[in-house]
Amino acid sequence: MALVEIENLSVEFPTQGGIMRAVDGVSLKLEEGEVLGVVGESGSGKSVTMLALMGLIPFPGRVKADKLTFNGRDLLTISDKERRQLTGKDVAMIFQEPMTSLNPSFTIGFQLTETLRLHEGMDRKAARRRAIELLEQVGIPSPESRLSAFPHQLSGGMNQRVMIAMAIACNPKLLIADEPTTALDVTIQAQILDLLMTLQKERNMGLVMITHNMGVVADTAQRVMVMYAGQIMEERAATDLFASPQHPYTAALLAALPERSEGGRLATIPGVVPGLYDRPKGCLFSPRCAYATEHSRNVRPDLRPWAGGHIRCHYPLGDPNRNAEIQHDHPVGTEAAS
Amino acid sequence: MAAPPFYVQPMLRFILTRVSLIIPTFLGITLLAFFLIRLVPGDPIETLAGERGIDPARHEQLRKEYGFDQPILVQYGIYLSRVLQGDLGKSMITQEPVITEFAALFPATIELALCAILFALILGLPAGIIAAIKRNSIFDHGVMGISLAGYSMPIFWWGLILILLFSVQFDLTPVSGRIDVLYYIEPITGFLLIDTLLSDEPEAFWSAVRHLILPTIVLGTVPLAVIARMTRSAMLEVLGEDYIRTAKAKGLSRFRIVALHALRNALIPVVTVIGLQIGVLFTGAILTETIFSWPGVGKWLIDAIFRRDYPVLQGGALLLGVVVMSVNLLVDLAYGLINPRIRHTR
Repeated sequence: MALVEIENLSVEFPTQGGIMRAVDGVSLKLEEGEVLGVVGESGSGKSVTMLALMGLIPFPGRVKADKLTFNGRDLLTISDKERRQLTGKDVAMIFQEPMTSLNPSFTIGFQLTETLRLHEGMDRKAARRRAIELLEQVGIPSPESRLSAFPHQLSGGMNQRVMIAMAIACNPKLLIADEPTTALDVTIQAQILDLLMTLQKERNMGLVMITHNMGVVADTAQRVMVMYAGQIMEERAATDLFASPQHPYTAALLAALPERSEGGRLATIPGVVPGLYDRPKGCLFSPRCAYATEHSRNVRPDLRPWAGGHIRCHYPLGDPNRNAEIQHDHPVGTEAAS
Repeated sequence: MAAPPFYVQPMLRFILTRVSLIIPTFLGITLLAFFLIRLVPGDPIETLAGERGIDPARHEQLRKEYGFDQPILVQYGIYLSRVLQGDLGKSMITQEPVITEFAALFPATIELALCAILFALILGLPAGIIAAIKRNSIFDHGVMGISLAGYSMPIFWWGLILILLFSVQFDLTPVSGRIDVLYYIEPITGFLLIDTLLSDEPEAFWSAVRHLILPTIVLGTVPLAVIARMTRSAMLEVLGEDYIRTAKAKGLSRFRIVALHALRNALIPVVTVIGLQIGVLFTGAILTETIFSWPGVGKWLIDAIFRRDYPVLQGGALLLGVVVMSVNLLVDLAYGLINPRIRHTR
């Protein structure tokens, strides 16, 4: 049994201009102890997908799915109370901005022991002892004196360590890290990633690493899910995906990495992510795709099994017949000839 | 990075800064009270003489006795030097020391002001919180509409309407005063609610309560409106913060998130507003006490204006000013207590 099973998840927000579909038909499975990287540009729905799994979609957002289970429990029919017993205990989340994600009016110690007392039923003393242990585990020096510190007295990196300590406090089966290093400077980023990976291995936790940084994914994830405009574009084993991306979007993302540029200017992807009003009829990436055809602009591709994973594209890059098919479907892409 | 030993040092400096600000404010109040009352036509002697008038020679003699014949700046200098020695003078009407009269009347004002601010807090905080949680609901619109009306209402008009409705029409509450004339309560604390409980007449307590109801509502209306609106907007802002999402991700109950994690932060601006309302409260007390013949310092000051009782007006305004400044200082200290970021910086 997979730890997380999501089938055909969609999250919608009613807006004045109509219904905004932030997540559109996302399906995924996560095994225990697996590390999944979720990448995509801002607004691609990667965070919202995981917030839906956590049950944290803010009002008036609506979550729909054919299946949404965690550890065998159906999250679609679960009561609020049961859900709260799960969140923070078996599935925990850390966020992008450590400085604003901790409550400025309470001490580190209070915020840390709160989870322990709620989920583990510890008394004040036991929770305090455990909190000190946890701070030690996440590499905070002199943890005992830090318990009485307020978040504004610690640096961003230290606060993120506190967030991690809070998240792993009840030995969760799944940890969702939503861009955990984005707000931190580069040297601290590496430390936090190391810490997360060490904790993941020690505890054999499932780990979902949401990021827009391909480099972070390459260092950590076993499997990668590339999202675009609320949909999964490609989902494959990390090594395969980096060696031979199958979706033009993935390829373009990888080409834009500074490490992969061959001198001169960095590669970019022209255009922007479609918004509420300009959502294409066909493939969502087609307006920006170098290989778009009449067919891909009119018919939206389904997510289908491909090369050991899944892909949502009419013309996967590894398909030997793709050139012929593209020619047959009247290419309209900007660089289709090359 | 190292956590400094908090509290003492910055807190002490904070208090000293605030206290030193009191001195110019204090001088300002003496200036205003002294010169403004002298801009009003007539003098205390004429008022004392009343309609019968007074012999001009006798008038001149009395003016000399009270020192009103001196140049005005000299008068101010004499007044100020006396104030600095702790002498606020005597009432020209009753010949009682100003400080004695103030001390006798002030508990009545405090009692009313405390009841009013409690009334405003007990209703205003929950109303603001619920309005924020259920924003754009009928409750929210209702609370915001009513509070806007309450905020805009002239106090004297509101008081008269309530008297007409509850005292005259329904005969539910007394029209004026602090307690029925039937009872004589020995002033121990000066707070009637406490003194009546200490006395052997339990009925007197309920009489005092009934007398307090309308003045409390009238005086508490504006602070209530302000607190409700402020709580709502502060709460709305806080509920959208990242740390509330973190609290939800911890699996905390909705009640705990709102009542602890959100409220603690939302209270910071609300406490500031409450502090500012204290000043408004005393201004309002002057009107409210006059409407309800409430024997407090507000009514005393109004009477002093009509009688041109210079020492009472000057001394009363000064003492009230000191009280407001002290309360504001206390509020600022409370602000430091609930907001750790203030406590540890600066």
